[in-house]
Amino acid sequence: MVYSASRWCPKMADLPQNPAVVIVGSGPAGLAAATLLAEAGVGPVIVLERAATPGGVPRHCAHSPYGLREFRRLMTGPAYARALVARAKAAGVTIHSGVNVTQLLPGPEVAVTSDVGPARIAARLVMLATGARESTRAQRMIGGTKPAGVLSTGALQALIHEDGLIPFRRPVILGTELVSFSALLTCRLAGIRPMAMIEETGRTTARKPSGLLPFALGIPLLTGTSVAEVEGRDRVTGIRMAGAHADRLGADGLIVTGRFRPEAALLPQSHLVRDPGTGGPEVDQFGRCSDPCYFASGNLLRPVETAGWCWAEGRSVGEAMLRTLKGTLAPDPGLRIGSSGVSAMVPQRIAPGTDPALDRLQIRVAVPSRGRLSLQVDGSEVAGRDLRALPERRIVLPLPRPDALQIEVRLAQDQQEGP
Amino acid sequence: MTEHSPLPDDLFDIAVIGAGVVGCALTRAFAMAGARVILLEKAHDILDGASKGNSAILHTGFDAPVGSLEAACVAAGHAEYLDIHDRLGLPVMKTGALVIAWTEDEEAALPALMEQARQNGVNDVHFLDRTALREAEPGLGAAARAAFRVPREYLIDPWAAPLAYLTQAMAHGAALRRNCPVTDGAFDGTGWRLTTPQGTVRTKAVINAAGLYGDRVDQMLLGRSNFTIRPRKGQFVVYDKPAFDLATHILLPVPSKTTKGIVVCRTIWGNLLVGPTAEEQEDRETAVLVPATLDALRRRGEEILPALAQHDITALYAGLRPATEEKEYRVTRHPENMVTVGGIRSTGLSAALGLARHILDGWPQGFGQGDGQGTGWTAPATVWPKVPNISEAGPRDWQSPGHGGILCHCEMVTEREVAAALTGPLAARSLAGLKRRTRVTMGRCQGYHCAARLGQVTDGVFSQPMVPEDG
Ligand SMILES: Cc1cc2nc3c(=O)[nH]c(=O)nc-3n(C[C@H](O)[C@H](O)[C@H](O)COP(=O)(O)OP(=O)(O)OC[C@H]3O[C@@H](n4cnc5c(N)ncnc54)[C@H](O)[C@@H]3O)c2cc1C
Ligand SMILES: Cc1cc2nc3c(=O)[nH]c(=O)nc-3n(C[C@H](O)[C@H](O)[C@H](O)COP(=O)(O)OP(=O)(O)OC[C@H]3O[C@@H](n4cnc5c(N)ncnc54)[C@H](O)[C@@H]3O)c2cc1C
Repeated sequence: MVYSASRWCPKMADLPQNPAVVIVGSGPAGLAAATLLAEAGVGPVIVLERAATPGGVPRHCAHSPYGLREFRRLMTGPAYARALVARAKAAGVTIHSGVNVTQLLPGPEVAVTSDVGPARIAARLVMLATGARESTRAQRMIGGTKPAGVLSTGALQALIHEDGLIPFRRPVILGTELVSFSALLTCRLAGIRPMAMIEETGRTTARKPSGLLPFALGIPLLTGTSVAEVEGRDRVTGIRMAGAHADRLGADGLIVTGRFRPEAALLPQSHLVRDPGTGGPEVDQFGRCSDPCYFASGNLLRPVETAGWCWAEGRSVGEAMLRTLKGTLAPDPGLRIGSSGVSAMVPQRIAPGTDPALDRLQIRVAVPSRGRLSLQVDGSEVAGRDLRALPERRIVLPLPRPDALQIEVRLAQDQQEGP
Repeated sequence: MTEHSPLPDDLFDIAVIGAGVVGCALTRAFAMAGARVILLEKAHDILDGASKGNSAILHTGFDAPVGSLEAACVAAGHAEYLDIHDRLGLPVMKTGALVIAWTEDEEAALPALMEQARQNGVNDVHFLDRTALREAEPGLGAAARAAFRVPREYLIDPWAAPLAYLTQAMAHGAALRRNCPVTDGAFDGTGWRLTTPQGTVRTKAVINAAGLYGDRVDQMLLGRSNFTIRPRKGQFVVYDKPAFDLATHILLPVPSKTTKGIVVCRTIWGNLLVGPTAEEQEDRETAVLVPATLDALRRRGEEILPALAQHDITALYAGLRPATEEKEYRVTRHPENMVTVGGIRSTGLSAALGLARHILDGWPQGFGQGDGQGTGWTAPATVWPKVPNISEAGPRDWQSPGHGGILCHCEMVTEREVAAALTGPLAARSLAGLKRRTRVTMGRCQGYHCAARLGQVTDGVFSQPMVPEDG
């Protein structure tokens, strides 16, 4: 390989010295906020993106549906990403690709590195929109050998879309979240024929109609089944399963899909508070972090939502940033919301002020759950419902009043359901 | 001679079989002494056997059997590593270790272990009572009773070290052949003809450093072997970088007869690891990850450091120790101009330089010398090629300009680092080899973000491609 810096990493000779706003990450959330702020004329808005091209996850995702909410038409991921980038640029946003943010500092100020070396950029406000990534094989404790051919959906799509490389022909897909069906569609478009989709619990995680896709494509969907062991030395030669279908498939790959987690590597070494439930930053209903000069939106807040949702979230958190810049939204630590029985919740704090950017409490459970979900404000239930919920699925409650003294989200389990 | 040209007809002084850490160190020692050495490795790349997965501790030898060859070589290897690491660009993280007693019985065993350490020349051990221990490691589980500190147990990069040894060997004229298993050989009274798929290698003497295949290579070449390899698997759980701060020392248990036990320690790349297990198996090739065992490791890790429960796992891996029926190294001089350096079980990373020195110093007169008058070798001028630093113990490439951008974002591996690892006489020959040289895809996302770019830069480069040929 001939090494060429210019091909990969555009020189960022002219990083603005004092932008009004720095946005970290150029996915739907970051670009939506950047566009809104630039259109409002707050001063220079720059987006820092570590990949070679901007657009976030959608730029590799060659299938629909994208764009309904934002552009009112059905688009593929790459077309959607290009449209978001074009719109941001038209609004005056400067996007710097090939720039890694390496550290978040008070000020606010971010440390970066790129081909020209390390640098620091100070701003009036910073938004974090670094997205989420799928759990790895290691995090899911999948046993066996470690050959090539075990990939996440994201890696698979990037390999196919950027390189035109087909890493396997007959893989097994693990998981039945929305993204798992994205993996299935990607395979189909690339001429890869998955041998099976397997799901550890008793039923498909994604809602219909995606759940019907395997049947339509004639691919067995094996529920109550897990991967016991990956076989093969250099390449995958087989997948051994456990559970309802304790069988072996002579597959040549494994796609480990879903169980997203926030791409929050910058948080632990920063001054910002990280929420143990979501793994992302702790925010209030304006998307404000524990340091009110930092905001966050998109899948960094909570795994995982659609591009359209993240885009809308980016816009409304962008509005809150605009109000902050204009001085009409004052910083206030607010009140932390208590919780029991649920695994994650966003926002985690409620601060004084109207027109929230996050207008609902978004909740997740860790295990299939059934019970009474209630929002307790100052000792009484103000909202609630009987719930039957699966992990990875969205559950919402109305946002509590900002003037409460004590707020708690409570899930009282009837019983825990087995898989 | 490049690795791709046909094997030369002329005679080598020594052929080393096996490019594990031991073979690399041996090749270095003999090449620097002036011998004509060729290193033959059957795998796509070096470090594909026992040396591909270990705990990366530079041991002092404090707990080795007193008076053993192992004790001597570990001590000598430790000293030489500290002497040369700067000149080769190799990192060392001077953490020190604590041998921790968790039960009354273990506490009672501490004085004898400290005495053993002193007999092994490790005189700087000292005792820590419960209070002192808690002060030294506030994150330890409540059951920790007492400990002793071994200040000079350190952490190193288990792959950069052998890579540097071999790089230096090659700078002194050593030849390397990968994808080159020795499949047969014959000794004619003065020298050897070794059979490989790449042709015949003629050499005066042979060193068998075949690790997990040491006994098989002895059998193959000599028709006998005085030991049998009994592979002993060790599984590990690696935690993400924020866990690095949970402990500063290497946390060792009181060792049992068969194993050093479950260790918790940092890695030179800024992670924290828990492991290894010690599981006997027949298979010499595959170290299978077993979720139930890994879960138990994780739970043990959480007993040692309760805060680990809040931390993310980055990776799982397993290695195979070339153990034998005895604890001691199996080093044998054979009359057929051959030395076997076998059964380098669980301390080879630390001992490699010491072992190489030991074999060189004791190199039998007449091994490959017709006249029996010394070796006849003239040492070339010594050079010190540096290997790139990929550890957190020194400055990283991404911190300097011109790096071409980041390819692997979790481990902050630059385009320039990857390009460098794919060029030169010791260029990576497999994805695994590239990972060991640069750490690409070895971070928390395990390739989610960089697989595509990696596919591009390695397309057509490896003998074992990232994607199948027919893909
Ligand atoms: C395989 C797959 C298929 C999908 N299919 C659909 C679909 O069909 N329809 C749909 O609506 N949604 C789909 N989604 C979901 C959708 O793509 C995401 O919800 C959306 O992209 C999230 O937007 P985001 O802005 O939060 O983050 P992302 O799109 O993830 O963007 C984050 C960006 O931040 C950058 N970044 C991260 N860290 C740093 C740093 N330190 N420095 C600089 N830059 C950084 C990243 O490189 C990335 O470009 C899919 C997701 C996946 C993974
Ligand atoms: C779990 C675990 C933890 C450990 N922790 C530590 C530690 O913390 N500190 C420490 O000092 N040590 C540690 N060790 C020990 C250390 O890793 C080993 O002692 C060392 O790697 C042995 O190296 P070797 O060169 O002898 O064998 P190997 O690395 O196995 O090298 C032998 C090579 O020979 C090649 N080969 C075999 N047959 C042929 C043939 N016919 N022709 C050509 N080539 C052939 C193989 O492919 C292989 O590359 C640990 C080991 C394990 C498994």
